[in-house]
Amino acid sequence: MTPNDLLYAKTHEWVKVDNATKVATIGVSAFAVEALTDLVYIELPAVGKTVKAGEPFGEIESVKAVSDLYSPVTGEVIEVNSGLASDLGVLNEDPYIKGWMIKVRLAEEASLSKLLNAADYEKQCSEEAH
Amino acid sequence: MAYFFNTPEDRQAMLAAIGAESVDELFAMVPAELRLARPLALPAAMTELELTAHMQQLAAANTSASDALCFLGGGSYDHFIPAVVDALSSRGEFYTSYTPYQPEASQGNLQAFFEYQSLICRLTGMEVSNASLYDGGSAVAEAVLMSMHATKRQRRVVVAASVHPEYRRILETYLVNLGTELITVGAPYGTISVDELAKCIDDETACVLVQQPNFFGCLEDVAAIGRAAHERGAMFVVSVDPISLGLLKRPGEYGADIVIAEGQSLGNPMAYGGPYLGIMACREDFARRMPGRIVGQTTDRDGRACMVLTLQTREQHIRREKATSNICTNQGLYALRATIYLSLMGPQGMREAAQLCLQKSHYAANQLTRAARFSAAFDRPYFKEFVVRDADGQVETLLAEAMDQGIMAGAPLGEWYPEWSDCFLVAVTEKRTKDDIDRWANCLTRVNSRREVAHA
Amino acid sequence: MRNTRATQSLFTLSKPGRRGALLPACDVPEQPLESLLPPSALADAPPPLAELAEPDVVRHFTNLSTLNMSVDTHFYPLGSCTMKYNSKRNERLVALPGMADLHPYQREETLQGMLRLLFEMQEMLGEIAGLPVVSLQPAAGAHGEMTALFVAAAYFRDLGQRRTKVLAPDSAHGTNPASAAMAGFDTLSVKSNPDGTVDLNDLSAKLDQDTAVFMITNPNTLGMFDGQIREIARRVHEVGALIYLDGANMNAILGITRPGDFGADMMHFNPHKTFSGPHGGGGPGAGPIAVTERLGGYLPAPLVARDAAGVYRLDYDRPKSIGRVRAFFGNVGVLVRAYCYIRTHGPDGLRRVSEEAVLNANYLLSQVKSFLPVPQGDRCMHEFIASATKVKGERGVSAMDIAKRLLDYGFHAPTVYFPPIVREAMMIEPTETESKETLDAFAEALRTIIEEPAELLHAAPHTTVISRPDEVKAARNPAVRWTDGVTKQ
Repeated sequence: MTPNDLLYAKTHEWVKVDNATKVATIGVSAFAVEALTDLVYIELPAVGKTVKAGEPFGEIESVKAVSDLYSPVTGEVIEVNSGLASDLGVLNEDPYIKGWMIKVRLAEEASLSKLLNAADYEKQCSEEAH
Repeated sequence: MAYFFNTPEDRQAMLAAIGAESVDELFAMVPAELRLARPLALPAAMTELELTAHMQQLAAANTSASDALCFLGGGSYDHFIPAVVDALSSRGEFYTSYTPYQPEASQGNLQAFFEYQSLICRLTGMEVSNASLYDGGSAVAEAVLMSMHATKRQRRVVVAASVHPEYRRILETYLVNLGTELITVGAPYGTISVDELAKCIDDETACVLVQQPNFFGCLEDVAAIGRAAHERGAMFVVSVDPISLGLLKRPGEYGADIVIAEGQSLGNPMAYGGPYLGIMACREDFARRMPGRIVGQTTDRDGRACMVLTLQTREQHIRREKATSNICTNQGLYALRATIYLSLMGPQGMREAAQLCLQKSHYAANQLTRAARFSAAFDRPYFKEFVVRDADGQVETLLAEAMDQGIMAGAPLGEWYPEWSDCFLVAVTEKRTKDDIDRWANCLTRVNSRREVAHA
Repeated sequence: MRNTRATQSLFTLSKPGRRGALLPACDVPEQPLESLLPPSALADAPPPLAELAEPDVVRHFTNLSTLNMSVDTHFYPLGSCTMKYNSKRNERLVALPGMADLHPYQREETLQGMLRLLFEMQEMLGEIAGLPVVSLQPAAGAHGEMTALFVAAAYFRDLGQRRTKVLAPDSAHGTNPASAAMAGFDTLSVKSNPDGTVDLNDLSAKLDQDTAVFMITNPNTLGMFDGQIREIARRVHEVGALIYLDGANMNAILGITRPGDFGADMMHFNPHKTFSGPHGGGGPGAGPIAVTERLGGYLPAPLVARDAAGVYRLDYDRPKSIGRVRAFFGNVGVLVRAYCYIRTHGPDGLRRVSEEAVLNANYLLSQVKSFLPVPQGDRCMHEFIASATKVKGERGVSAMDIAKRLLDYGFHAPTVYFPPIVREAMMIEPTETESKETLDAFAEALRTIIEEPAELLHAAPHTTVISRPDEVKAARNPAVRWTDGVTKQ
């Protein structure tokens, strides 16, 4: 059920790039949501902030753990899914559409080449599960 | 030895079950060359009877505030402690338990801490309190670090010179390794100037820290200070005297973002400096940046209301190097004592204690400054402490002679503020009677006249 | 028999007009409030606290206390926390007015008994540590750790060296990396062997000229003494770095071996663990630190000194000192209790503390290992880690399930899920102040629990005042103060 039209980071974030506008939408995968269990809190950056590929852009917490959210791309945050904080259940129900986190105007596209396609990402997840 | 159980027979049976020849064999993991080949060089064991005599002898070599009149303050105060506080907090079920990791077996502590947090919120006018920090001094440093996390500003912190000098020293010690610039705003007339302060705050300032009432007992213009901080996006951190909140405006009403306090006044003995109680409360927005334990309400599997440690992901055991703070142990027993104290005092008790401090300190200042030698160092409104200037500049002799007469008359200011080495800080709590105060004033004044006689 | 009325919230019990403490009337001539304080500084009303009569308060908190497990009431084998008996004599002695009613700014001549006690405490801790210079100022173990790292930072600054890294084993307490971060260091994790000892190859690979400190807990968090410690110290010192010993587990080695003798440069004590200062429902503790002679100058001020005439005084004249980490002298009340504890035991008694603690732990290990595997083997120091992986794999029963069920049998649970390097960890520390009979009963309870139906265990505890709380609900919508009946500001 890993969507084929997205790219994935090894750290479990997904990216969808709109080639016309050069805007990347970012979220986390269903596998990650499941592994984190019982989510309680999310912290996302403000609009206007610059994010860098491979560096944290926010945090997500469950009862017993906290994880950084790593940006798969570099650019400026132009929109944030602000409704997410009050309804984290969306991440369990629909992590790929309604559960998007931030939209970033890409400053470069080189980092996209380091991301995985759906098949490779699924392979990584099945290895991690063991 | 009173606290051991194992008889020689027990030892033999236990070693047999383990499959070891001797207790010594159990230490085989410790290489022989690392073993201490001699007994520790410590004094020999004492029975309870001997220890009691020894401790009584040490105690007798001190002069305590029970033997002498105490007018000392500066963050530790001789307030009254009702017997109920000692009686309840000395229940073994409280003081021999630990952090409520198993909520099902710790609802007593959890509820007490929840009530503590609730009372602290009501006392300070804030929305969230943690379940305590170490003391009022380290709480200052924790609050400043918290403001740096919350604002993501690391470069500058602005502090009033009228904040307790030891608290500022702690802050320096914490910040030096982080490369944060600590700007101190002077208080030449007993309080800081808001204009001077505003000049020091820039767009990279994490917070402004003041104390209310300040170290000299004086009231700062906190509302204006808060506005100046917020104008540049800095957080407003205030250290308060909890007793003063029986009378003074609560920090939540004048815009404080984080409130910290030394909670010793709330039912805890002076005990030569500790353990004390670090109070910290903040606005809801910053709850997830707060250090220390926090107790929250929830329900159990059967739907019953209950309490549990919550927001634990802030803490070191989960977040490790990215934690808000390294704090693990807090001051649970002292938070409990403060909860009991506040429950006994109630709104009226807190108001009356504050009023007594206010009236008695002003009476004391008036009595003493009738003598020409003494004057109030600062012309500012004050709560329960004030600074006295000795025109003769003989603070050390004066305080030593007062002590000879059984009076802890004040704390010399020169150690912290060399420019005021002719001044001393006086605190008057609700425990001091009119007679006590008159004795204190007469004693200091007499030292004065005796000296003049000697000079004649 | 439970009095659920008395344990209602303080705010439910509150009734306007009730008073619990009365104060004397003002006996000095009163001045109008507004002539003393500016109206803008005054609150409109007193703080909205609860209003209760004294008997209300007594009954409320007395009943609350009965909802706790404690060392006075239950066996409390909470690993790493050293929940030993807290002697009553220490409570009485610390409350002597000549100890409790001392103001921190009293003149030194009025404090000679207290300063002597604290001076002797410095000396005694220095002797137990094998590290001569001691600061009693830090308020807790983690605070001591952080203070020592500040000391290390100041030391290297003085040497003109910029060292940026602290190394700590992956089995370390979470406070280690958190303290390092507060001192401005980056933490690098060093791998552990399966028995929790340090992987020397990994250590060497990570040690370099940027390393300031290697933090080690020995005995480690798996209850094993790392016999490689001299070699570890040699390698750490070779690159000019310092060894910090987390003294959480000192209960195993009192008078047996000394950190200073096995290569540590700095350490902290947890007097509330090792020297039985009570845990107080989560503190207060204290975190005195002991260091080598060359680091002594950097300790926070003041220390207590004794002059040639035998007079004790506070020594603030320490130009290289890092400053302060706490106001006033330190958590003196905890130190006084620890002093009483050490004086009660003397040198032979302290050694016996460790012998009995290690004997009890090994005995308990021998009684549970057949049904609750202990991955590290047959021997331990003062505590051991059992793992519930077997029963988890076979029947889905977790360490948490077992811990919760122990409460039904009248035992506090061990520490669970720590250290992180052991799966389904149950960290059991019996301490020396428990009898063979108690240990047998505990082992028997564990044996019974392991055989109980999984559904029963998943739903445990069954006899406590509440069942398992919903932690997700608590964290998602934090309700951290009483809000009923308050007008929103």
